[in-house]
Amino acid sequence: MMTGTILQYVIYLLVLVVLAIPLGAYIKKVMNGEKTFLSRLLIPCEKLVYKVMRVDISEDMNWKKYVISVLVFSGIGLVFLFLLQLLQGVLLGNPQGLSGVKWDLSFNTAVSFVTNTNWQAYSGESTLSYLTQAVGLTVQNFVSAATGIAVLFALIRGFMKVKSKGLGNFWVDMTRIVLHILIPLNLVIAILLVAGGVIQNFEPAQNVSLVEPIAVNDKGEIIENANIDLNSQTVRLNGQIVSGAKIVTEQFVPMGPAASQVAIKQTGTNGGGYMGVNSAHPLENPNAFTNLLEMISILLIPAALCFSFGSMIKNKKQGIAIFSAMGICLVLALGVIAVSEQYATPQLAQGGNVDISMVDQPGGNMEGKEARFGIATSATWAAYTTAASNGSVNSMHDSYTPLGGMITMLLMQLGEVIFGGVGCGLYGMLAFAILTVFIAGLMVGRTPEFLGKKIEPYEMKWAVVVCLATPIAILIGSGIATALPSTVDSINNGGAHGLSEILYAYSSCGGNNGSAFAGFNANTVFLNVSLGLVMLFARFIPIIGTLAIAGNLVTKKKIAVTVGTLSTTNVMFVFLLIFIVLLVGALCFFPALALGPLAELFSMF
Amino acid sequence: MRILKNIVPKALMIFMIFTLVCGVFYTGIVTGIAQVFFPDQANGSIIEVDGKKYGSELLGQQYTDEKHMWGRVMNIDVSTYVNQDGDPVMYAAPSNISPASQEYQDLIAQRVQKIQSSHPDKKNIPIPEDLVTSSGSGLDPHISLAAANYQVERIAKAQNMNESKVQDIIKKCTDVKFLGILGEETVNVLKVNLMLDGILK
Repeated sequence: MMTGTILQYVIYLLVLVVLAIPLGAYIKKVMNGEKTFLSRLLIPCEKLVYKVMRVDISEDMNWKKYVISVLVFSGIGLVFLFLLQLLQGVLLGNPQGLSGVKWDLSFNTAVSFVTNTNWQAYSGESTLSYLTQAVGLTVQNFVSAATGIAVLFALIRGFMKVKSKGLGNFWVDMTRIVLHILIPLNLVIAILLVAGGVIQNFEPAQNVSLVEPIAVNDKGEIIENANIDLNSQTVRLNGQIVSGAKIVTEQFVPMGPAASQVAIKQTGTNGGGYMGVNSAHPLENPNAFTNLLEMISILLIPAALCFSFGSMIKNKKQGIAIFSAMGICLVLALGVIAVSEQYATPQLAQGGNVDISMVDQPGGNMEGKEARFGIATSATWAAYTTAASNGSVNSMHDSYTPLGGMITMLLMQLGEVIFGGVGCGLYGMLAFAILTVFIAGLMVGRTPEFLGKKIEPYEMKWAVVVCLATPIAILIGSGIATALPSTVDSINNGGAHGLSEILYAYSSCGGNNGSAFAGFNANTVFLNVSLGLVMLFARFIPIIGTLAIAGNLVTKKKIAVTVGTLSTTNVMFVFLLIFIVLLVGALCFFPALALGPLAELFSMF
Repeated sequence: MRILKNIVPKALMIFMIFTLVCGVFYTGIVTGIAQVFFPDQANGSIIEVDGKKYGSELLGQQYTDEKHMWGRVMNIDVSTYVNQDGDPVMYAAPSNISPASQEYQDLIAQRVQKIQSSHPDKKNIPIPEDLVTSSGSGLDPHISLAAANYQVERIAKAQNMNESKVQDIIKKCTDVKFLGILGEETVNVLKVNLMLDGILK
């Protein structure tokens, strides 16, 4: 039993690394405009886009123009998605006849998708039309992911180029990323998902017969132990006819274009589910095969980008060093979640009355987890999705053990740099690397340098902004929310866990993650608006900071490597980097975590 | 200002192109291929016998009849969706309850009692956890092998059937691990019940 479970964890990690390395090489080629095996097919399409757009591909944008392009492009997406939701009731592609979405929820969802967060205050199957899902959400899933990757490559060019101004062309970067990387990858994944059982159609939702009808009283509550007579349509309880009772004989089966959305929500570290319960839903993630595809997709591009980065700067060791720092944190986090979930809680074990062993079942804490995924597959997903700023779930984090739930929260609070979002995870981590060389430089008394560029006060100031944007957004947001009496109404669990629910919501939005302690009802005007603002802040402040750093670095000359140069590729640097990431995270969040999950942990026994 | 004049039209243009490529073409191609090559899967894996739709093999239902196999605990929702006639239809949601709370302890204790009283022969055997916990989707169609085996005697007695016959049905409805390693071995509860009722062969 035990070895089988451990083997699952090992396979999930290995498959990721094995696929990330070749993809990393491919991404680098695409971004450099080199030839790939898809060039013959895609280069003509790419040229057509430039022609229609009338874009001058030789234009090299300075950092300010790059920033403004990112902001304008994202702004257009935001307005479009906001209006699309408001108006979906009168538009095509709405066989369920859903009405327009309320303004605050539309705002929240539009921000959520444009910022690559994909926080779900909505429930897909009951709120959004097929048109909104396909033309609104799916498109933002693609382009918000592409934006993250584009900004990363602008930063990389800042390190590579010498005494120049340009960071690349935003339009060219976006076109290449979407056409050469995201579309082909997701076509393959989406079709494999359908083959595995994920729905993909434009039919209205279906109703199917229930094997056992359900009796409901006039208040809409289920009548347990009722005697149902379908012929006379009567419901009896203990021999007495229940007046006003209704008999439910059908089940709701949601339909729609799910697989195409699910593929990109996984690969683009978006995470906004087609269904309300995301990839826990059996029609969104029916079995271990689809789960493998979806779960590996979470970390595939963020991990691949580490290798692309190394090969771009012609220093593969540097890519491996960053990858190792992220990988070590991921494995540690996964280990804690796995052990804690397998151990479960005394409240579930009931002094031995409930079997939580691993014989003929996964064992451990199965509350909020699907039988087909068990502990290993759920815990791995939980670690992957919070390490990356993905936020999709295949089990309910709200029902995790206190320690398991805390680790998922901590991974987001660390600033989403343990792989993190596509592109943004790595540029966030590079800001931490700049912080690290600065601190290390202070210790040995040398001017800090990174990748041959001098790190000076200008870069340091912006690096600190990039590193602290997430903690600031989370702590101020959750602080205000906790002080408001109305927030308490949204809480699902009492006590310390209630605070954890609030903290998790703001950590998720502040980390642009999007997962939730889903018992928390986030669909209120205050929460929709405040979480929306947190997402905007945590997305665009670091983008501006990153491009500002890149814009300054690109003007500098390269300095020669000497014996005195601090190596940024050795084991010591890897651990120093991990240490700095953990230090900033711990200093910011320990007090809050102590009042939430840790307090719950100690009251559990 | 001049810089905006340059950027805004290009941003609008590229946004329209991407909406067409990623929203319309991509979604359309995937739907087309799905409907041609995998129509069953793409349309919800619905079990249809003689023109009647008996549920989706991927969506759990609630069973309380002694004659049926029971699944995960469900939080039934009959208020969100209605059918064409305006009558409520059933859906379900996860509990999202903390497994470390007093509330949870009390809830599980109640469920344990209920299961124990319906399985008098199994008094001293711990209850497989799938029978007292809610799933992640709230619609889990499966339970573990342990949870299925636990119910064999009760089902056999209520159905007036040999225990080995019930076990055969369970075996037929067992989904194995992917490649023998990934995920968990599970039993599809709807299929078991349709076979017990003689609807599925």
